Amino acid sequence: MAAASKAAADSRANLPFVYRQYSAEQLKQVLYKMYLIRRFEEGAEESYTRGLIHGTMHLSIGQEASAMGICMPLGEDDQITSTHRGHGHCIAKGAEVKRMFAEFFGKTTGYCKGRGGSMHIADVGKGNLGANGIVGGGIPIAVGAALSSKMMKTGKVVVSFFGDGANNEGAFHEALNMAAVWKLPVIFVCENNGYGMSTSTARSTAVKNIADRAAAYSMPGVIVNGNIFSEVAEASHKAVERARAGEGPTLIESKTYRHRGHSKSDRNRYRTKEEIEDWMSNRDPITLFENELREFGFIDDKGIEAIRDAVAQEIADGIEFAKASPSPDISEAGNYVYTEQA
Amino acid sequence: MDAMVRELSYAQAIQEAMAIAMDMDERVFLMGEDIGVYGGAFQVTGDLVERFGADRVMDTPISELGGAGVAVGAALTGMRPIFEFQFSDFATLAMEQIVNQAAKMRFMLGGEVSVPVVMRFPAGSGTGAAAQHSQSLEAWLGHVPGLKVIQPATPYDAKGMLLAAVADPDPVMIFEHKLLYKMKGPVPEGYYTVPIGKADIRREGRDLTIVATSIMVQKALDAAAALEAEGIDVEIVDLRTIRPMDKQTVIDSVKKTSRLMCVYEAVKTLGIGAEVSAMIAESEAFDYLDAPIVRLGGAETPIPYNPELEKATVPQVPDIITAARDLVKGVR
Repeated sequence: MAAASKAAADSRANLPFVYRQYSAEQLKQVLYKMYLIRRFEEGAEESYTRGLIHGTMHLSIGQEASAMGICMPLGEDDQITSTHRGHGHCIAKGAEVKRMFAEFFGKTTGYCKGRGGSMHIADVGKGNLGANGIVGGGIPIAVGAALSSKMMKTGKVVVSFFGDGANNEGAFHEALNMAAVWKLPVIFVCENNGYGMSTSTARSTAVKNIADRAAAYSMPGVIVNGNIFSEVAEASHKAVERARAGEGPTLIESKTYRHRGHSKSDRNRYRTKEEIEDWMSNRDPITLFENELREFGFIDDKGIEAIRDAVAQEIADGIEFAKASPSPDISEAGNYVYTEQA
Repeated sequence: MDAMVRELSYAQAIQEAMAIAMDMDERVFLMGEDIGVYGGAFQVTGDLVERFGADRVMDTPISELGGAGVAVGAALTGMRPIFEFQFSDFATLAMEQIVNQAAKMRFMLGGEVSVPVVMRFPAGSGTGAAAQHSQSLEAWLGHVPGLKVIQPATPYDAKGMLLAAVADPDPVMIFEHKLLYKMKGPVPEGYYTVPIGKADIRREGRDLTIVATSIMVQKALDAAAALEAEGIDVEIVDLRTIRPMDKQTVIDSVKKTSRLMCVYEAVKTLGIGAEVSAMIAESEAFDYLDAPIVRLGGAETPIPYNPELEKATVPQVPDIITAARDLVKGVR
């Protein structure tokens, strides 16, 4: 057995990071979860269109490798703060899609008992401290969670996801500075999908790369292709090691793209059809990962088909669970404003 | 045996409360601008850094938004931060974290988390610090469900309410009038709490209820002493907490005296006086009123620099005396 696994390891020696670092089973699970994110978003979108979900939502289709790659080296005790485009992060950190659907349907079985919806989806038990409706709002909170980790010596690492838009918020700059001054175990992950709503980074941001801003706060600034799972996971792995070693924060810029509009109100007038088509056809993160897995012999077509089927079933079951779950009673509208005390 | 009672200043009482809280619970720590070796802009933290170290009496950069957010995040994940704003005016820089995050997190997450953060705000005018360092913004935060907002008016309450705030599972905003910091009063040694959400009758009287907050409590007491010589017997309710407000104590007092005056330093319009007045108008105490309600609040201007102008923009003892006399005598 040992010889066989050594042979397997040797045969992987020249492969990209994740294929050396993780087992075939773990990598298949990643593919499963990337599909789960994609189909969850599609399921949510369809449910919205059918009037089963109200409000708005921000879909992360096209950003699955980023969410999965960053969360790959995290343990269950590690924590994240997320964004308005946070469904993928939530699933990547270990949430159950049925309870996410239930939340979007406004049901009591949802993660926030129907009080938060898409924009405040959280799974505190799995270390997701919550999505956030305020651009940049979660960044200082992540630094605070990292301060708790350092003060209580829990060894937890905290990841703060945010978008390119947030890098022009004051909260971003204040938070990065404090994290660096105090050498806190936090990783700042800018998922740069090119547009803050309709405004491109070229029009909004003075630096070419958002990772360049790391230099101002004396931390490593790492740029990765956010659509290549292995690249993202490798950068995250290094940043986690640095954080756990007490060496302080890292800023990772994960360059990616959202296939859908900003939210449900988006008429898509700021991007060309060609641009969107290019990202969807040539740089889809799931396709890229699937191709690598196939090429390196980790999975075959049958295996991929089995994953797709299993995901479809989990999504269908999740939506049914949400539909069948009870709505909160109107008499409970005032609950959870304050902590109930004996 | 009762705890030894000493005369302490309001600032010393707060400092003692913070030291007790840190001694009792290693999760409690202080954050703020220049609260370490400097001792805080108003010397409230004083020498605590020598006793507890720089890790627990943490100087922050001048980053109110980020600093408040760090405090919120630490509270969310198991710590018990006490965050000092250098001036309450700087809450304007941190409103996002206070209003959108701290106040709503428990609600948005369906009760899955609590945010036991304490924020301290040195507030009010009278120090010649002009318009950006003299405001009374407590009503802004009092408008936000999810926050608790308190205004201790005595050294005794400053200590007891701060210890209650640290023990509270939810975000508590403490507005401390800067002119009170040097005020002395009896403070017992050791741990005690003064409940949040409970007003206090500072003086019993028959003719008029004055609902006052913060430094106006003392001014109202001074006015009441003068009015007593004229045969006017004033009851003074120290509101102490503006959210959640102790309505019943105010209602009961107004039912007894049949007259209500609200005295507060913040800008008069859309303030605490409006809330107390409306609350009484909606209550069974309305039928007991013998005269229109009177509000004495701050002028509709920023706080000016010139000391005479500065005094003129907030209620002073003679203003309270005149208004109370007119109210009792039916002068409109």
